[in-house]
Amino acid sequence: MITLNPLRWGKQYESLEFNDVVHFDTGEPIARVGTVGGGIVTRDLLKAHLAREALLAVPTEELIAMSKKAAELFEHATLTVGDSQQSVDDFVHQQSASTGLPEHMCRSNMAKNSFVLSRMDEILQCLTRGLDLSILSKGYGDEGRGVTVSYQAQTPILGAILPNNSPGVHTLWLPAIALQIGLALKPGSQEPWTPYRMVSAFMEAGVPAAAFGLYPGGHDAGGAIMTKAPRSMIFGSAQTVAQHSGNPRVQAHGPGFSKILLGDDIVDDWEMYLDVMVESVLSNSGRSCINCSGIWASRHTREIAAAIAEKIGPVGVLPPGDSNAQLAAFTVPAMATGTWAMVEQDLAENGVTDMTAEYGEKLIEREHCAYLRPMVVHANSHERAVAAKEYMFPFVSVVECPQAQMLRHIGPTLVGTVITSDESFITAASRCVDIDRLNVGPLPTNRLNWLQPHEGNIIEFLFRNRAYQIAPMPVAASSS
Amino acid sequence: MSVVGEVSEAELQAAVSAARDRLNEHTLKTVHWHFSDDTGCPFWLEKKAELNFDPLKDIKSFDDLKKFPEFEDEWLRGGPIRRWVPKGHAGKPVYVFETGGTTGIPKSRMVIEDHWKDYELFSETLPDKYFPKGANWLMLGPSGPRRLRLAVEHLAQHRDGICFCIDLDPRWVVKLIKKGWMEHLEEYKKHCIDQAVTILTAGHDVKCMFATPKLLESLCEALEEKGTNLAEVGITGIFSGGTEFTSQWTRFCVEELLGGLPEESGIYMTPTYGNTLMGLACSKPITAADGYKIAYYAPQPRAVTEVVTFDDYNSVVGYGETGRVKLYTLTDEFFVPGFMERDEGERERPFHTYPWDGVSGVRPFHELASATTVGVY
Repeated sequence: MITLNPLRWGKQYESLEFNDVVHFDTGEPIARVGTVGGGIVTRDLLKAHLAREALLAVPTEELIAMSKKAAELFEHATLTVGDSQQSVDDFVHQQSASTGLPEHMCRSNMAKNSFVLSRMDEILQCLTRGLDLSILSKGYGDEGRGVTVSYQAQTPILGAILPNNSPGVHTLWLPAIALQIGLALKPGSQEPWTPYRMVSAFMEAGVPAAAFGLYPGGHDAGGAIMTKAPRSMIFGSAQTVAQHSGNPRVQAHGPGFSKILLGDDIVDDWEMYLDVMVESVLSNSGRSCINCSGIWASRHTREIAAAIAEKIGPVGVLPPGDSNAQLAAFTVPAMATGTWAMVEQDLAENGVTDMTAEYGEKLIEREHCAYLRPMVVHANSHERAVAAKEYMFPFVSVVECPQAQMLRHIGPTLVGTVITSDESFITAASRCVDIDRLNVGPLPTNRLNWLQPHEGNIIEFLFRNRAYQIAPMPVAASSS
Repeated sequence: MSVVGEVSEAELQAAVSAARDRLNEHTLKTVHWHFSDDTGCPFWLEKKAELNFDPLKDIKSFDDLKKFPEFEDEWLRGGPIRRWVPKGHAGKPVYVFETGGTTGIPKSRMVIEDHWKDYELFSETLPDKYFPKGANWLMLGPSGPRRLRLAVEHLAQHRDGICFCIDLDPRWVVKLIKKGWMEHLEEYKKHCIDQAVTILTAGHDVKCMFATPKLLESLCEALEEKGTNLAEVGITGIFSGGTEFTSQWTRFCVEELLGGLPEESGIYMTPTYGNTLMGLACSKPITAADGYKIAYYAPQPRAVTEVVTFDDYNSVVGYGETGRVKLYTLTDEFFVPGFMERDEGERERPFHTYPWDGVSGVRPFHELASATTVGVY
């Protein structure tokens, strides 16, 4: 069994306390993770400036090259992780075993993380609008327009409270290293694999170990990161997001409520977009914030819902090693039963129809885990409560709503795919502040262009653009 | 012959046996006090009628206490508080101390002098080198209706010192956490720590203190920010308590906050485990060689802890095995014949200082853990 120790600015710490990471289906322990309390985190964060200083000693272009090498190592090499050598297959088996995610999805998340890391130069180029990255290192410089520009780092390190069940989100903190900002990460209790392997890859690629802190632990450890790190990101529920709303120190990532809107001009040809809709709902077992949870159209909504149901309704539980497996397990069975109870409440409302009812039982309970099979529901109005719901399994509501009212009622939407050629609808969607990432045309919500900012630009989060004036110093009379 | 600590196995067994005899005798005396019409309290005298045995005749030893039904802590919610005052103590001034109480009616326990007696016994375990007689104290922990503040103050006075106290309301702290008002929580903590730093740096000759682990961490951090530390401001002895007081935390505290074990840092820290019902259990001295293991021993015969199986609360687990902590309070002020604590741990062997069972690795009972807020102040 692999043992993962906390990492304190590059130094392994042998804790006296451990949490077991267990197999989702058998309950067998697969890893021991040493944990730390908030006191240790607090103490380490007093020295956070040393992490940045270690990174500032390495030129940005070298860090970008190291990031590319780390991408290669992360995706293909056998690496030292904890007290073991971890091959790619080991990583995939371990991640699947603890998160309940099918192995092919683990591989695809791995490829996604590696892809982002391997194109760090282009990503930073786009996120900074082509800024000379030395300006971020030095704090100021000249872009070539004869005007001094300044970007001041707001923190020596980025803290992150990482999730248990979504290995795809790690792309969000990866740019920090190339930006010469250290990392203080609290790995998810069931998904320590990605942060540990990624940090190992970074260090193997030559990034100074002093830039990394890995702090597995309870709420106490997470709370200390949030309190002491001047900038941190957290992944959680809508409640978590609301709690940190307006706090400039925290970037909270929660449910995406991503949606597809079908314009009146194309809705009669909805079948042309069926594959886009199915992929948006079903990919990654519907777990991501970029999965589609609502499809809005003014007509044909029942036919659309029935057609999606026909495609995803029959999807059943398959072993995680099966390349056809589409469903991830709920490793905490109570989460599945709780979710199912909420769905039943949604279905009880007049005007809401379960279009997948004929495809059998939805809640599948096992001894140590549970599954929820895909569901498509039809809502005859945006006023139905289910129109604003998102769950952690393939679940979509197909909502009947006149086009003229859609943008007023969709609510927060991380990814909005608007399928239309109607210029006025496109203009209105472009102006709609409820949509974060806007896709115009038949783009599945889950396909992201990483050269674009995601849920807040990390450059704006970590740096502040400010004025910086320099006047030449007069020569003192005494020196002549 | 094997030797345990400073005594032989045979001497230890003799001490264990003697302690058991003392416990049996004390149990008998306590039961007679609480169930006799002229000395017992209204609650137990009323309860006696519901029992299917006669405590005055059928309780002959400590083990016989298992005949009592499990003590329900709900009995402690609501009044009248006087129903718990033994008639044998009529006319004496009575304190009431509360636990919980963030929402709803708190559990309350009446006390006359038990908190003084418990802390006087605890005082005997404190090494004078690090807790010098006459030194002043700082109490940095929950106040208000808790007994801790008055108990620590008495401890200081009992040791010829004067106790400086910081006012801390744990119910407000729990509310802040539940509301997610973490900024307010930080400010409140800072508010308390600022007062502590002021006292420690005001020339009051404070050498000893009580602090909860969380507040001790914050205090050390605040002192460090001011370019000083606990040793420099004169602290030599700390006692602390709470279920977050784990081996790992102790190691962190000793190695990184205090600057080493007492011989190196000059600061002695002792963990304690206690509550309003039981009093105060002391820890076997902690050592790095023993992995900073914390084993608590109740102040027998006034209180007893057992580690019992999860499926039968009348069966004690084997040594080193895990079970739930069961608590007995056997004083002339308060009688609790077996109360299931919200904690679990491992059963520890007797040793020469405490020739009776202890409990180590205390942590929230796993079946209740998710509902328990620990380490809040």
